[in-house]
Amino acid sequence: MFWIFFLILFPLIPALLLLVFKNPGAIKWIVLVSCAVICSAAIIMTVNYLQTGPGKQQVLYFPISSPMVDYLVGIGDIILALVFLFVCRRLPFKKLWIPLLVILQYAPVIYYDLSGRVPETTQYIFLDNLSIIMALIIGIVGSLITVYTIGYMRHYHEEHPEIPDRSNKFIATIFLFFFAMYGIIFSNSITWIYFFWEITTLCSFIMIGYSRTEEAVHNAYRALWMLLLGGLAYACAIIYLSSSCGTIELNTMLGMNQALVMAPILLICFAGMNKAAQFPFSKWLLGAMVAPTPSSALLHSSTMVKAGVYICIRCAPAVRNTLGGDIVALIGGITFLAASAIGISRRDGKQVLAYSTIGNLGLIILCAGIGTPLTLWAAVMLIIFHAVAKALLFLGVGTIEQQTGSRDIEEMHGLITKMPRMTLIMLIGIAGMFLAPFGMLIAKWAVLEALAKEGSIFPVIVIFGGSMMLFFWAKWMGQLVAVIRPEPRKEEGIGIEWLGLWPLAILTVLICAFYWVVGIYAVEPLFGTDPLLSLINIWMVLVMIVMMLMLPLGFLIHWKHLVHVEPYLCGANVKDPHMFMGALGKGRYWWFNNYYLNKYFNEKKVTFLTNTITTVLLVIMLFRWCLG
Amino acid sequence: MTSLWLIIGYVVLAPLIGGIISGLDRIITARMQGRYGPPVRQAFFDVFKLFEKQNLTVNRFHGYYLVCFLIFIIFSGILFFGGSDLLMVVFAFTVADIFLVLAAYSTNSPYCSIGAERELLQMLAAEPMLLLTAVGFYMVFGSFHVSVIYRAALGGKLPILYLPGVFLGLTYVLTIKFRKSPFDLSTSHHAHQELIKGLTTEFAGPSLALIEIAHWYETVLLLGMVYLFFAFVPIIGVIITLFIYFVEILIDNTNARIKWQLMLESAWLATLVLGGLNLLALYLFAMISKGG
Repeated sequence: MFWIFFLILFPLIPALLLLVFKNPGAIKWIVLVSCAVICSAAIIMTVNYLQTGPGKQQVLYFPISSPMVDYLVGIGDIILALVFLFVCRRLPFKKLWIPLLVILQYAPVIYYDLSGRVPETTQYIFLDNLSIIMALIIGIVGSLITVYTIGYMRHYHEEHPEIPDRSNKFIATIFLFFFAMYGIIFSNSITWIYFFWEITTLCSFIMIGYSRTEEAVHNAYRALWMLLLGGLAYACAIIYLSSSCGTIELNTMLGMNQALVMAPILLICFAGMNKAAQFPFSKWLLGAMVAPTPSSALLHSSTMVKAGVYICIRCAPAVRNTLGGDIVALIGGITFLAASAIGISRRDGKQVLAYSTIGNLGLIILCAGIGTPLTLWAAVMLIIFHAVAKALLFLGVGTIEQQTGSRDIEEMHGLITKMPRMTLIMLIGIAGMFLAPFGMLIAKWAVLEALAKEGSIFPVIVIFGGSMMLFFWAKWMGQLVAVIRPEPRKEEGIGIEWLGLWPLAILTVLICAFYWVVGIYAVEPLFGTDPLLSLINIWMVLVMIVMMLMLPLGFLIHWKHLVHVEPYLCGANVKDPHMFMGALGKGRYWWFNNYYLNKYFNEKKVTFLTNTITTVLLVIMLFRWCLG
Repeated sequence: MTSLWLIIGYVVLAPLIGGIISGLDRIITARMQGRYGPPVRQAFFDVFKLFEKQNLTVNRFHGYYLVCFLIFIIFSGILFFGGSDLLMVVFAFTVADIFLVLAAYSTNSPYCSIGAERELLQMLAAEPMLLLTAVGFYMVFGSFHVSVIYRAALGGKLPILYLPGVFLGLTYVLTIKFRKSPFDLSTSHHAHQELIKGLTTEFAGPSLALIEIAHWYETVLLLGMVYLFFAFVPIIGVIITLFIYFVEILIDNTNARIKWQLMLESAWLATLVLGGLNLLALYLFAMISKGG
């Protein structure tokens, strides 16, 4: 109980401190200390919780009888609404519908709250395995990203002198994010979740608009209205629950008659999909790339989008075997397919990462929509693995961009000669995303196993999406490992960033080797099933991990009798192996770009098609269950 | 215990069998082309000779990736013949292939890079069908484990009767996996132009020998998958499997290489139509039998 409140409230301290202290030394120490505290608090809480022994599903509720807390959240809602209206104050007339969205959702919620129509509850806070897992992800991965941010922001402002240095506020926003995320995962009261939910929206708005360039501001407002749409759905769920179901507790709602609560649950799922950037809402997450990279790492891995899939997983048992659940699953599946396809045609590193995030979140939503214990097992595993590997990749790309000046995948050609350590980190991250026996593949394996059991079209979706992901990750890997002519090393400029990068890289590998520990202690008690925990499977994965870990040793082997030659150029070599004899008898440099298959996987075409389909599905869902 | 013997048998005998198949392949191909052809043992002579040669290399990494390629091919074969999870077999097979692609990329030579890229395209084309095959087996036998499927097949539940579409689809992408014409885009056994040596352009001597040996293991593994469909009476199964390989040779010799676009489209179409419809039929039957 203490640790829960500590985790929720503690991040506010560094957030406030950072608003006051602006000098780099102070920022550094505030961040380091607070991150250490948050990390340890999350771990201590986990240890305390697990002391009852593994394999027992226990949900701890902590009743609070004082009505004070409710007033606080009510006041918080009012303040938040005012803040939203405040940030919209300079919008042109034709964008007036953005503040309208704010009023539309906050007016009824606040009215219900003040007039006492929202049902009473005392069970605001709870703790179970899923919250524990989320708390660890936010605490550990989030903290590592924050530590990295200190170094990144220093470089960022050296590179962009035109942008005023407000990095203390940027990092303060990150801590505000922690506050909101911990609020979401520990709350059992749906009005509380709503309050924290909207704070994450506000935080991402602030982060995306950080540089205040025209593009950044535009994307920030786009993210704002798209996310407010999800908030609106959430507000509708609160009104519906208050007036028709007489409860505002998450656990009570999930235990009620399915037909009665279908509407609010689907509304919450809508909000979740919206936050998880599923098509047709994918644009906000793609636009979020204009912000400094750590914010992308944060949004994509441990916070924000994970809140979206978290809430969908919470609701999953209630939509199991319903048409509504199938539609949710279908939207997730289509998103997985489309995002993987578009990923092939992108050459901007961050965009590839973004599409892969959207795709993998789609897979998680697909699992949640099906809602069997097996698929939920896989979904939670996906959340864990994805958070670590994706954070690592974003930080990696951010570092490479700062050191080489480009995040274009083609420009990363031959990175292994320029930045061997960064290449190793990127390879670990990419392997973590798609290659056996690393995390995401273990999870995908479980997904396929689970879906095959269901026997439907979903395995086909997963198979095709997975194959397309394989294609774009592998060609990226290929660019990294190409050995080009010797070039000066470019790794000296990286300082405190290593402190975020290496632990994440090690974590990516460790978590795969010990996925079964996570499975037995954390995930299995939740859903009571263990698709991949048979001894033979664990061994298989372990053997492969060991084989993979031995790989770097192989580079130490000194091959005898190696004869070095230049690459074959069909007899058109000139002295320099990177040139060939051109038609005019002059030496010309050659280069080779990857395939992007724009004919098949064109971003505009695929996005349009997918948006149309998913919008139709969403409209059907809303009309059928929420208005009918 | 049997599975242990099968594993040992695979590791020891697969190169032998693969080599003999490769030798037969060359004889049959020669006869189809009106030539006499080399002796069956020629494939072994070639590999031994390759090991004798100088180890030409562009950089110190690529030979090493090739070793990983070989190791993971053997590993996935061990998983298969050890009766393990079919999905994991396909995944390990993919890892092996990725190492081959990385080896080619690391040379940073234009022909090799084109070959690597095309190999990735071949994987993109073939991977869905391989995984769909695993899912098909699961829908019939309720397990991904090869040992379970094999026992059920020996017990009289012949996979081919339930999965004819999946089998045809697999046969289609098998040509891609064997890198035989019309799908020999990434590399080919025939050295008639630089572009089509693709992937293997920069590999010479012992490195090339490694690829050859890995290819033998690969062949045996893939034929093992074909055999699984007919695992009822061993002798019939072997004959049909060899016949399928003969068909591959026939296709190889009667078809010109096609563009990657056509490969991708046709392979995915085959996967969706042959594999997908088969699975749909299984699903419907299961629904009907459940309802009845």
